Amino acid sequence: MEDFETIECDVLVVGAGGAGLRAAIAASEYGAKVALVSKSLLGKAHTVMAEGGVAAALGNVDERDNWKIHFRDTIRGSKNLANWEMAKIHAEKAPDRVRELERWGAVFDRTEEGKISQRNFGGHRYPRLAHVGDRTGLEIIRTLQDYAVHMENIEVFMECTVSDILKSDNRTVGALAYYRSSGKLVVFEAGSVILATGGIGKAYRITSNSWEYTGDGHALAYLAGADLIDMEFVQFHPTGMVWPPSVKGTLVTEGVRGDGGILVNSEGERFMFNYIPDVFAAETAKSEEEANSWLKGEEGAMRPPELLTRDVVARAIMTEVKEGRGSPHGGAFLDIASRQSPDYIRRKLPSMYHQFKELATLDITKEPMEVGPTTHYMMGGIKVEANTAASTIPGLYAAGEAAAGMHGANRLGGNSLSDLLVFGKIAGQCAANYAQENSKVSPHGKEIKKSIENTLEPFEDGDENPYQIHQELQEIMESHAGIVRTGEELEKGIRKLEKLEKRLPEMYAKGERKYNPGWHLCLDLHNMIITSLALSRAALERTESRGAHTRLDYPDYDDELGKVNMIVRPGPGGMSVVKSPLLKMPTELNDYVLKEVV
Amino acid sequence: MKRKIRLQRGEPNNLRLDEFEIKVETGMVVLDAIHLIQATEAPDLAIRWNCKAGKCGSCSAEVNGEPKLTCMTRLSDYPEDQTLTVQPMKTFPLIKDLVTDVSWNYEVNRQITPYQHTEGTGDPIMFQAEVDRVQEFRKCIECFLCQDVCHVLRSHDMKDEFAGPRFMIRTAGLEMHPLDQGERLEHLRDDHGIGLCNITKCCTYACPEHIGITDNAIIPMKERVVDEYYDPLKWLWNMVTGKSN
Ligand SMILES: Cc1cc2nc3c(=O)[nH]c(=O)nc-3n(C[C@H](O)[C@H](O)[C@H](O)COP(=O)(O)OP(=O)(O)OC[C@H]3O[C@@H](n4cnc5c(N)ncnc54)[C@H](O)[C@@H]3O)c2cc1C
Ligand code: SF4
Ligand code: SF4
Ligand code: FES
Repeated sequence: MEDFETIECDVLVVGAGGAGLRAAIAASEYGAKVALVSKSLLGKAHTVMAEGGVAAALGNVDERDNWKIHFRDTIRGSKNLANWEMAKIHAEKAPDRVRELERWGAVFDRTEEGKISQRNFGGHRYPRLAHVGDRTGLEIIRTLQDYAVHMENIEVFMECTVSDILKSDNRTVGALAYYRSSGKLVVFEAGSVILATGGIGKAYRITSNSWEYTGDGHALAYLAGADLIDMEFVQFHPTGMVWPPSVKGTLVTEGVRGDGGILVNSEGERFMFNYIPDVFAAETAKSEEEANSWLKGEEGAMRPPELLTRDVVARAIMTEVKEGRGSPHGGAFLDIASRQSPDYIRRKLPSMYHQFKELATLDITKEPMEVGPTTHYMMGGIKVEANTAASTIPGLYAAGEAAAGMHGANRLGGNSLSDLLVFGKIAGQCAANYAQENSKVSPHGKEIKKSIENTLEPFEDGDENPYQIHQELQEIMESHAGIVRTGEELEKGIRKLEKLEKRLPEMYAKGERKYNPGWHLCLDLHNMIITSLALSRAALERTESRGAHTRLDYPDYDDELGKVNMIVRPGPGGMSVVKSPLLKMPTELNDYVLKEVV
Repeated sequence: MKRKIRLQRGEPNNLRLDEFEIKVETGMVVLDAIHLIQATEAPDLAIRWNCKAGKCGSCSAEVNGEPKLTCMTRLSDYPEDQTLTVQPMKTFPLIKDLVTDVSWNYEVNRQITPYQHTEGTGDPIMFQAEVDRVQEFRKCIECFLCQDVCHVLRSHDMKDEFAGPRFMIRTAGLEMHPLDQGERLEHLRDDHGIGLCNITKCCTYACPEHIGITDNAIIPMKERVVDEYYDPLKWLWNMVTGKSN
């Protein structure tokens, strides 16, 4: 058998974004010896790209805000599918997690009184997002990273990719990984494992996500036998760049709209007023005058319709384009130039300013941007328990975008960074506790051997170029499981995916094992196919439109389906999708969520 | 439209420049060109990247000898008929193709005393004007391009004596934080070699985040070091009070 190095630890944390780092810190504080691995260099995970802010009901800008309203906004935004326990823990704990970052050295933008400033965002009743201009993720990841590297019992393994979870008697006992730079193999023997691997966006062509988002954690957990939940819900962010072609999909933060930006069609109409859903009507401005008084900060003014939840805004832009009122490159105009001073824009949205200036030769302080929907965030993921972040497999935990339950059918902007911090910490503590309470088991040699063979398989002969397969996968997902779906298209897509899956063993990795992206892609593609199939099959079962999942053949809510989550799990006959009833919310909270206005 | 691009390939003892011809699309950046080559001609071509939007600092390289984020450098900035050359950062040991071993930077970072919070009651109060400068330094995306161009590291390879501009601003960001209690000046002088910087400002010109590395961080930190250690009155005072020599 191939040589491999062995590393022993109590807790193996897979992923060094916000969730993985926060989990590693918590586990280490709990006394565990932690191995923290990530596919890229430390500090480069997706979290670094987050722009707009982290949601927490600090009440610094509007003191009427509190956890209960944040909870209500989250559940309403999720179209009632969120796990209420997670949403409650999240809303209650987020303020502490943000304040803690400040004690660890983070420097958020300030209010006039010198407190952490908060900005408006879609679906949030009050200004709630703590932020640093439009580079909030950078501030958070750097703070966590600098804190973590100074802890004695966290060892960091950069550019190291986990390719398989190792189990023994249905319990997680470690993982196999390879170092990207050398191609050498390493077995982590661990008391427990936390998956904090982020999302799946690379299954789509137009996306705000990086090469890392290949659904590794989703697929690793699935292959280990764990349940996935809400896989049909992929968030398409309404505002990605649409021009020039090479940057199509790159994110334009919702902060632009939070700071007053408006959406306009080719006829100059502020079209979002035509798309206000009934559930949000009582909380949304009905006219430009009303929306303008909100921008001026007038007490009691209702929020502009540009700040409706992302699913609503994304569909509105699509409709405008389809009905012939799109911008020249097939999007909508996003205008902040006429709403705020150049100085304000450069101070609050500096990276947007540079992004457009350098990549699109456009000055956002003078001209409107052109924007359209882009694949952004995966609501679905590994099913976890609210209080422990435990998956359905003993010893396997999950947090961050790879885990699911918090966001249901639609995530509110800013609720991911807070999710990472709150559940990262819980996962770290509970995984450390599990490792301490259960005596360690070593992985079987036979299982390691099998994992190694799979990992090195692409070096065997084949005639399929992985880059070509990836492109075909993206085309399938975009045309059959995109923003709008039908049963027929989904079925076609699933058949195509099944065919593509059969071609995977024929992929080849040319060259040596040392830093070989072709090889890495071959392995990533196995994960992307699993997540794409899970997503499409769950989407086929949900015969209604809800949140981010829009079915043209079932355009309305179905009350019965509104009471269940879809679970995807490996069964004896292959992948199966089953319906699972929602957790029942206590009446008092439920009544509060249902109230028309609070 | 087609254009030629030359990429440095291979490992330390076996280097070569491979030339490719690519079809250019509107708005294409250097990283797009590299990805296109990877997908069609050289599947094992090594390059780091993540965000493709200038936010993560992964994709640094030398384009026609200049330090650049390849994801923010448009092909149209260079004349079409000229072959573009992309090489890895020279200051760090090469791993393969365009990827270098930047782990030294992570070691240096660990040597810096982390943030030490002033514990008080209630939420910390800091005013925007007080934190503007600190926020400027915290914009750093760790692309290490400033480290790449600094002659102390690049030409003289003094990595054991000098931490480099990236860590000058890191230290400055901590030292200027209104609520930090850490002491870093002695370390900055003795181990991180701030005296070795002779203010050529090459780092500042290279920084894609437009951080005023030299004027806003290095010069003020040099002054603080001088004040702390060479002010005779202060020196005498420190002797008397027994504060760090
Ligand atoms: C452009 C952009 C802007 C955003 N803005 C906001 C915002 O303003 N507010 C907000 O709340 N959310 C925002 N989001 C969403 C949010 O940033 C992400 O959901 C969140 O950062 C995910 O964090 P994470 O810790 O779960 O994963 P990540 O930060 O993505 O980290 C995943 C980690 O897992 C590692 N990994 C993956 N697979 C493997 C493997 N097989 N082996 C080893 N390691 C692996 C990766 O290397 C990485 O270290 C934004 C997202 C994008 C793309
Ligand atoms: S100014 Fe100092 S740190 Fe910057 S490049 Fe010159 S010598 Fe190096
Ligand atoms: S200071 Fe500027 S050039 Fe240096 S690493 Fe940071 S962002 Fe890059
Ligand atoms: S890929 Fe992130 S800065 Fe270039």
